[in-house]
Formats: sequence, C-alpha cells, structure tokens
Amino acid sequence: MSPPAPDLESAPFWAGLRSGRVLLQECTTCQRRRLPRMPGCPYCAAPGAVDVEVPGTGTVYSWVRVHRDLGAGAVADLPYAVVTVDLDGGGRIFGRIEPAAAAAIGLPVEPFFVEHGERTELRFRPARSSGTGAG
Amino acid sequence: MKAAVAGVGYTSLVRESGRSVLSLAAEACRAAVTDAGLDLAEVDGIVSFSVMHDSVPGQAVATALGLPGLRLGLDLDLGGQAPCYLVALAADAVASGRARNVLVFRALNGRSGARVGTMQFAGMGAPYRYPIGYDAYLMYVGMWAQRFLYETGQGAEDLGAVAIAQRAFAAGNDRALRRRPLTLEDYLGEPFVAEPYRPSDCTVEVDGACAVLVTSLPRARDLRHSPAVVASGSYWAGPRSGLDIGDHLLWDDYTRNYTSGLRDELFGRAGVAPADIDLAEIYDCFTSTVLIGLEGLGFCERGGSGALVRSGATAPGGSLPVNTNGGLLAEGYLHGMNTVAEAVLQVQGRGGGRQVPAHEVCAVTSGALMDGSALVLTADR
Repeated sequence: MSPPAPDLESAPFWAGLRSGRVLLQECTTCQRRRLPRMPGCPYCAAPGAVDVEVPGTGTVYSWVRVHRDLGAGAVADLPYAVVTVDLDGGGRIFGRIEPAAAAAIGLPVEPFFVEHGERTELRFRPARSSGTGAG
Repeated sequence: MKAAVAGVGYTSLVRESGRSVLSLAAEACRAAVTDAGLDLAEVDGIVSFSVMHDSVPGQAVATALGLPGLRLGLDLDLGGQAPCYLVALAADAVASGRARNVLVFRALNGRSGARVGTMQFAGMGAPYRYPIGYDAYLMYVGMWAQRFLYETGQGAEDLGAVAIAQRAFAAGNDRALRRRPLTLEDYLGEPFVAEPYRPSDCTVEVDGACAVLVTSLPRARDLRHSPAVVASGSYWAGPRSGLDIGDHLLWDDYTRNYTSGLRDELFGRAGVAPADIDLAEIYDCFTSTVLIGLEGLGFCERGGSGALVRSGATAPGGSLPVNTNGGLLAEGYLHGMNTVAEAVLQVQGRGGGRQVPAHEVCAVTSGALMDGSALVLTADR
C-alpha cells in the first residue's frame, strides 16, 4: 500500500495523526465538520474553517470486508474490513476496523493509532462501552 | 430538431486484444458508421471518455479514419457516468446544428492494460483511501451496497437474482463473455471477493471498443435502420458528490444514487412515466447498482427491487426486461457504452435471439454512485 501523499490541503490531518489526534475542518459559519479537507464549506459555501480536535468515536454507517487480493498489496492482511464511520459531533471518515469480523452497521467504535514508521494510521475498534468485549 | 441513434459498432470483446486502443476505437467507430449506412466523410463530430488516460482522443480516431475534419470534439475525463451524457450532448449538438453526424465511443484495453477495477484514481480524496487498503472501485460500490441492503431489508438472494436474470439473457448473446447459466445455489456457493460481492456480482473486465452514431431524426429516417430516437437525456451530480471518482465521504445517503436525482427530469422531458418503459438497460458494474437503479427510477417501491427481479420481471419473457445483453456483468465492461448500444439494438428491433417483444420505449443509465446520466430512447412514433 502506498503512503498518503499529503497535499497542502490535507497535511494538517496527517500531522495530527502523527501525534495521536484526529483533526477535522469545521466551518466557521455553519459549524459543520468535513473530510476530505477542502478550501470551502461543501454545505454552506463559506470559505472560513478552523481545525478542531475530535475524539474520533462514532458509529459505523457501512462496511466492506475484503477477502481477495485486488492488486493493491494488502494480501498479508486478508481478510480485512473497512468501515465508514459517522463521527460523534459530525463528519464522516473511512478506516480499518479490528477485528474485521466485528464490522456491523450501527456499531459504536473508538479510534486507535497504528504506527507504520513513516506514517500513522487511524483505525477503529468496537467502543469499550459498547459491551462487545473486543475493545 | 430531434436526434436519433442510427448505428452501433463493436470490436470483439476479449481478454487480451494485442492491439492498440486506437486500433480498437477506429474499428468500432468505422463499424458504427457502416452499420448506420453513412459515408465516413459525413462524420463531423467525435466524443468519448476515459479514466486515468486509458483511451485515445477523438482527434486521433478522426485522423486514423481519414475524416475531413471535426466540428465537435470532446474527450471527457469521466468513467461509466459518461455514455448517456455524451449521447445527450451529441443529440443537443445535432439539434443545434453544431454538428451533423457524431460518433460516441469508448475504447480501452481494460483487461490487458490499465484496469479500472484496481487502478488508483488521482484526486484530493485519494490519500484518505489508498493507504488503508480501501483501494478498489468495487469496495466503494460495495460500501454503498451494504448500507442499501441493510436499510431496505434485502440481501444476498436479491443481489444473486440480478446476476441470474442477466445471465439468462447472456446465453443468447455471442458477444458475452459469461454465457453459462447461473443458479442461486451456484451463486451462493461462490466465495466473497469483498462482502457483499461474489465474483458473479462483478463485471468482467475486457479489451474492446463500442461506438454509436448520432444524427438528426430526419437523416436517420433515410439511413439503413429505423431510428432510435433520443427522447430525453439527463446528467446529474448530486450535492457534495466528492473530490474524485472514488470519494464519497460527503455523500449523505449511500442507498440512493444519481438515478433518484435525475428521474423526474429524464422522464418529464420524454413525456413518459416509469410504467411506460418497455425495457431498461441499467448500468451494472455490480449487481447492487441494478437494484438501486430500479428503485431510483421508480420501477418499484423502495426496498422492492429484489422482489421485482426475483419475480422474473426483469428476465427474458418478463414484463420489464433489464440488461438484455447480459449487462456489463456478463457481456463485458465497456463502461456502459455497450449498455447504450444494446438499448439501440433493442429499440431498433435488432436484438436477434434476445430481442424483447415490446421495445418502443427504453430507459438507459450510465453510472453507479454520486453522479451519472440517463437516456430515454424510443422507436420513431
């Protein structure tokens, strides 16, 4: 898997992960949070935004579980699951979930950080308070 | 002035063409012009689309075909959302007099060359996906499918029914790569590629090309085949449709795609209602997009698409035949250009062994997720 190629817009997000923080842009006009990072609010069109640190907890909106190598180099991890998470406080994000078998719509999740040397990856696991015992 | 599709052209669809994309494009375009009964020198417009530079520009095709010149050229950086859109633009160009005879084509070595199924789409949404292994197009459509099935109370048997119905049409299509009949038992026995998809839920990538020739309705009436009239065409990208083709983080509702957004305009302009549609060619890179499309276009209630397909309505002999060439699932992945061409053949009554009995009004769609396009094609009534 290729590392992210930070651009001017996304660099603060990756830098945040390096220090164990989840940073989202929040519109200074309508207060809605957004990802990917971009130079204007996709909800109200206002240009102003601030970075807010969010807890990274949320609820699984949807998921896919990958069983076959599709050519991108994650073979060693198969099967793995990617979840779309609706973050508490607003905003949506993608991430791996561990264990992959836990992926389920409506599951409360919490973040954790995986170090890959040159980058830090945000992953999710069932929230400890969700009572699954997998946290 | 109305416009119509007068001819279609294909290369053979194969796993390794051993040819240049330009060669494929030129063959399909030449075939479409010949099929229409037109002289090549009368073509004055060529439009096409590509993903990550996997095709050749229309100008190159015009050069290889020795055309005297072009008055309309457009090489759209767009995937399977494009074919109906380009036919609509070609029809508008013909109607306005900007061009007289326009080729719309898609050509690619999509199996032996750059494969859209696994390529990385550039864009500012990309860095959030690829490093975590969220890196293949089927995962994105699958992410939508999982939520769609959950919210509408549908499941694997509903997805499987789509693949089974379309395979029954493919049996009568010599061009189709997958022609072996499929049973539900076969389907459920297939291992997952990426849940919720099994291999039969996924299109088959191919090398090849397909083209259609758009001209004015009066001109089409003088040509070889009966016209497939472009009754309406719509393109629609919903709010927050993302920063690149794989970016759907800001899309609110994974259970509704562009078909819900363009339906009223599409049918309104054509003066038809869903009940008037005789057959539909619904973009099907994966089975779930057929279900979402059936619901989005209003052919059934929300959550009723699986039951509709399981009833046999969309299969050969059914009341609303869908993807009569076997679809992209069975014929091959020419990114929906072949979906449009099949609609033309059916409306013209040239579907051969898979021709459906009622073929006056056909709905066609292009695309799977946030944005896409659609046509209503009719017989010359």
